[in-house]
Amino acid sequence: MPDRPDKAYFFGTCLIDLCYPQAGLAGIELLQREGINVIFPQGQSCCGQPAFNSGFPAEARAVARQQLKCFSKDYPIVVPSGSCAGMLKHHYPELFVGEPEAEEARRFADRVYELTEFLVKVLDIHLEDRGKPIKVTWHSSCHALREMGVVEHSKALVRQLRNVELIELQKEHECCGFGGTFAIKLPEISAAMVGDKVADVRQTGAELLLAGDCGCLLNISGAMEYQNIPIPAKHIAEFILERVND
Amino acid sequence: MTEQALVDFRANFAKALNDKQLRRNLTKAMDSLRLKRKAVFADKEALERLRSVGNAIRRRSLSKLPELLEKLEKKCTENGIQVHWAETKAEANQVFLDIIRRHQASRVIKGKSMVSEETHLNHFLEEQGVEVLETDLGEYIIQLDHETPSHIIVPAIHKNRDQIAHLFHEKIPDTPYTEVIEELNAIARKTLRQKFFAGEIGVSGVNFAVAETGTLCLVENEGNGRMCTTVPPVHIAIMGLEKVVEKLEDVPPLLRLLTGSATGQMITTYFNMITSPRKPGEKDGPREVHLVILDNGRSNILADPELRQTLQCIRCGACLNHCPVYTRLGGHAYGYVYPGPIGSILTPQLEGLQNAGTMAFASTLCGACAEVCPVKIPLTDILRLLRNKSYDTQDSPTAVEGHGYKKNVSEDLAWKGWTAMNTHPAFNTLSTRMLGLIGVHLPRVGPLKGWTSVRTAPKFAKKSLHQLAKERGLSDE
Amino acid sequence: MSSARERVFANLHAAMQRGGFKVPETGTPLPLTLSRQERIDRLKTLMENMHTEVYVVKADDWLNVLKELLRQRSLNGLVYGPGTPLAAALEPSWENDLPPLIPYNEEIEQFKDRLFAIDAGITTTRGGIAETGALILWPDAREPRLLSLVPAVHIALLQADTIYNTFAEAMNSERWQEGMPTNALLISGPSKTADIELVLTFGVHGPKELIVLIVD
Ligand code: SF4
Repeated sequence: MPDRPDKAYFFGTCLIDLCYPQAGLAGIELLQREGINVIFPQGQSCCGQPAFNSGFPAEARAVARQQLKCFSKDYPIVVPSGSCAGMLKHHYPELFVGEPEAEEARRFADRVYELTEFLVKVLDIHLEDRGKPIKVTWHSSCHALREMGVVEHSKALVRQLRNVELIELQKEHECCGFGGTFAIKLPEISAAMVGDKVADVRQTGAELLLAGDCGCLLNISGAMEYQNIPIPAKHIAEFILERVND
Repeated sequence: MTEQALVDFRANFAKALNDKQLRRNLTKAMDSLRLKRKAVFADKEALERLRSVGNAIRRRSLSKLPELLEKLEKKCTENGIQVHWAETKAEANQVFLDIIRRHQASRVIKGKSMVSEETHLNHFLEEQGVEVLETDLGEYIIQLDHETPSHIIVPAIHKNRDQIAHLFHEKIPDTPYTEVIEELNAIARKTLRQKFFAGEIGVSGVNFAVAETGTLCLVENEGNGRMCTTVPPVHIAIMGLEKVVEKLEDVPPLLRLLTGSATGQMITTYFNMITSPRKPGEKDGPREVHLVILDNGRSNILADPELRQTLQCIRCGACLNHCPVYTRLGGHAYGYVYPGPIGSILTPQLEGLQNAGTMAFASTLCGACAEVCPVKIPLTDILRLLRNKSYDTQDSPTAVEGHGYKKNVSEDLAWKGWTAMNTHPAFNTLSTRMLGLIGVHLPRVGPLKGWTSVRTAPKFAKKSLHQLAKERGLSDE
Repeated sequence: MSSARERVFANLHAAMQRGGFKVPETGTPLPLTLSRQERIDRLKTLMENMHTEVYVVKADDWLNVLKELLRQRSLNGLVYGPGTPLAAALEPSWENDLPPLIPYNEEIEQFKDRLFAIDAGITTTRGGIAETGALILWPDAREPRLLSLVPAVHIALLQADTIYNTFAEAMNSERWQEGMPTNALLISGPSKTADIELVLTFGVHGPKELIVLIVD
């Protein structure tokens, strides 16, 4: 996508739909502020990853097919989650190998962008920080980091904000233990992992935790809240929007 | 868990996670191994190029596996190395016993070999009255404590110096208590020197076997491997049949990848290439060298185009060191010889999904393993594939043993419901609205119990993004 | 019953029938091309990092340096392989105040008792590897394998001209694939272990000290 498009699809993701709609809205607004006409297909649902990772590829494919249908036009597809974007971009083509939609899935995949990647790479966004000085830390989701390779874009956006000091985690590259159904199937291991992540967040001294994936947010903020640690957590889109609007 | 597993994974996991000392020992060690690897592969471009070379070499080897194994056998035989084949662990162990008996030997000294752990060789030989002594320091430590390796490269990494100090003091006669690592090493050196001197049969693993020349390559730091393969009159090497490479020139890149990935070393202290027994006129080296080539299910793994990538593994252990699950559990919790990500893809294929399938689910699929694997095995993809097979009851020529073991009505129904919800927009709207209304009042039982044992329950928003988008008048297409 | 070999190969051939093998072009690692001096320096630095003592010495001076090093230590003997050019240089010039020269001139079965009691051993080398810092040894009938392993001090003589850039370069230019010796070795330092808490310590089962004289 070399040129700046007029229109873009927004794939809200199921977790944002359920638990973090404000983050989704913020993502939409950031795109609109840049003059993008945002299209939100009402038929969209989940990327299919929960089933895909749990041993149910046929079910994942059925749900993926629904997304192929809803996002059929040639617009870029912007996703406020590295994990869901990774599913759409890297696993849809493999999910439809040998299926009638194989070619469609490949073309679909080519149009997928993670939100911060789209803001930086395609829109070349410039942020004017209007907020008060604040120290934040950043958690990279594994799929944003390894499948999508977009973490530098996310952090670049945070660094554009003049009054925001980004303090990195000691083990930024380590999984928080969410892993979708993993957190429910093997809760003890997941608990150990999120426990360490929370400790890492605390030692930064940051006032706020940012992430680009709501699965991780749900996991880490849920654990911090459970431990009564008063560090709020936010999706990066919501945070950026607040900073530029203030 | 629905499966009747031989290993109680959940209980093992819980036990390991509660062992504070273990967690501390492991975290410290794994952090350090990761840093060392990073330092030795500082040049990203060079590393990626090297990984591609390693991947290509291993794929090429597997694509000609029968041919290369025949060539290896032929070359070794020409060189005077006696080759033995074993389809099963029991057959491999019997080969050892026959050779040992023929020499009327009773003292075996052993260098580190994971394949011999896989066949439980020590246990077998000890039952036959043969003394088997592990000579790699880490292996020696755990043998003293009647344990198995907890890591494929650093087998005693779960122990700290205090624990080892107590062990030496209690188990090695006339050993004063010391926590000084140099002194502990010196104790091992002194004790084992006697054993090297008197060993009758030396046993080793094989890191790479070169078909072109019939050469067995061994990587090590301590010198115990060289001792075991040089001092006793008989050397028996054991390898999994996937360890063969085509050409001698395939070795240098794999060696770089192996030592760098394993312990962050440019090269180990010793790289030992053995091509024949002692030749006439030579003054040392074993008079007999035997090579035991083990299948134990590997040829089945070769059948599936995806799963066969498992056999590319060079056993560097990097995937363990980078795995957030392994680094919290250690190796013993997995209950099988090969732990961590490589163990989680290999073991279910060797032992059957019905026994070890849980290992394939003990991962968040974070991808840290595949990111560092020096031969680019797509570990996460293979984990996912094994999960699929756990529910797949269909037979096929490449089916993994125990496939479909997890199939059950309640999960099927749950995913059917999930599919319906996510393929019918009206359904989706309804259910998200309902969750929004229920809000935080979800019952803390069932699947959510594990979640809420350390976290607050998810809070569902009053209005979904779908609703908000509609209210904002966002276009639908 | 068929033999294990037949069963294994039957299984393997059945697996091969499934096909689907994708073999990418092998490619090459990033090349390394250093000058002669850079190769010496790099090998020296890397081996020193691994606790090896490395001395770059002149061709007419190495024997003096060696004697000096031996005089500084109290060693009960220096074992060597008779019949090599190295032996020819050592034997006539040995002096009484040096640790006695002991030839490895019997098979290990007879020589074992003595070998395990000698403090130091000396060997030649076939070459060196600059990239990773390592010596190449091809022990043979004259220079047995255990010379570089059993004594607590191993002294190795390395000709500067035989230091290659990489391991691959060494084996390719010397055409190793045409005939490998009984045992070929790379050695990068004294024996070491990190099996206890990953703390690196030197001198576990093999030599505690490695001394390399690079003859320039
Ligand atoms: S799977 Fe890869 S990273 Fe893991 S041990 Fe094998 S080669 Fe090393």
